[in-house]
Amino acid sequence: MIRFTGIQKQFFLCVVLALFAWSCEGKPTEQVTHSPKVIKWDGLEAVLSRKTEKLQVINFWATWCAPCIKELPYFEEVNETAADKIDVTLVSLDFADEFEKRVLPFVEKRSLRSQVLLLDEIDYNSWIDKVDPSWSGAIPATLIINPSNGKRKFLEKELNEGELNSLIEEILN
Amino acid sequence: MNYVSSILISAFLLIGGFTADDAGVKVGDTAIDFNLKNVDGKMISLKSNAGAKGYILVFTCNTCPYSKMYEDRIIDLHNKYAGKGYPVLAIQPNDAGRSPGDSYPNMQKRAKEKGFPFPYVLDETQEITEAYGATNTPHVYILNKEGNDFKVAYIGAIDNNSRNAGAATRRYVEEAIDALSAGNNIGTTDTKAIGCTIKWAN
Repeated sequence: MIRFTGIQKQFFLCVVLALFAWSCEGKPTEQVTHSPKVIKWDGLEAVLSRKTEKLQVINFWATWCAPCIKELPYFEEVNETAADKIDVTLVSLDFADEFEKRVLPFVEKRSLRSQVLLLDEIDYNSWIDKVDPSWSGAIPATLIINPSNGKRKFLEKELNEGELNSLIEEILN
Repeated sequence: MNYVSSILISAFLLIGGFTADDAGVKVGDTAIDFNLKNVDGKMISLKSNAGAKGYILVFTCNTCPYSKMYEDRIIDLHNKYAGKGYPVLAIQPNDAGRSPGDSYPNMQKRAKEKGFPFPYVLDETQEITEAYGATNTPHVYILNKEGNDFKVAYIGAIDNNSRNAGAATRRYVEEAIDALSAGNNIGTTDTKAIGCTIKWAN
């Protein structure tokens, strides 16, 4: 199944509008939303090693994990209010064959706007230490990376809103 | 894999979270003995089975989707290795207050439904779970008898594919017991047990 990115969608929308109205501004009028994607390890590695000024906030979760779902709004809040300086990536550890059936409907129902990536790597012991050696494999877990100063923090626990924000402050400065 | 889907759907709301802990026993340590109540009402310790050369000690529960995915594999491990002296001994570590589906009556019910051929005991105080340092379900500790003690020989996952037993390319528990039985060193003695966090009492 072909999935379009937000930009592609806007391009097609533009083309369609142009056909009807012969006018197209070409400027997105609202924030670009990210389509959820299924990735392999290299896809996550690309996020972990992004060369950017923006802080990387990476949250590991799953649709079956109640405490993960509880803390998602805090990450969404960061994504909404600080998109200019922070990238939020929600890495789902749901099974890849449930992407269509569980993850996409969940993202839609909750209107998640952060980038959702389903990591399709069932052999956890082959990659989990590369995220952080201290990780036992439980979720929720959160990794914050500041590519500018190399600061990095990994936490294997449920965060409350205040904790997330103070962690971000700590890594940002 | 429809059965897995239905398991996940039925159980996904019950999962909680908790922080991992570095405490607990390590490979090579002497295993901690216990006296915990089995689903048949009898108390079970490591000495209960006089013929055991060791145990496949599994911290597992009724409710975790991963425990359910591994349930048949745990039964298969017992059937394959009990006769060779390494039976399964399952410990339910979750607090029933936080996870009512893991209460003692529900454990009895599940054991009966599945016809568990091994003891399924409750760690009501969670002291044994904490002492072992188990963090997730299912979390395996392979014990091997040396003299009068049991030593911890392997800690971690059952295999490397929670979703599909047939697609696993590493069967850590089988590899470890096969090595022990043959008198060889275990190749992989530590892996990370992927699964649900243990539900500690508040």
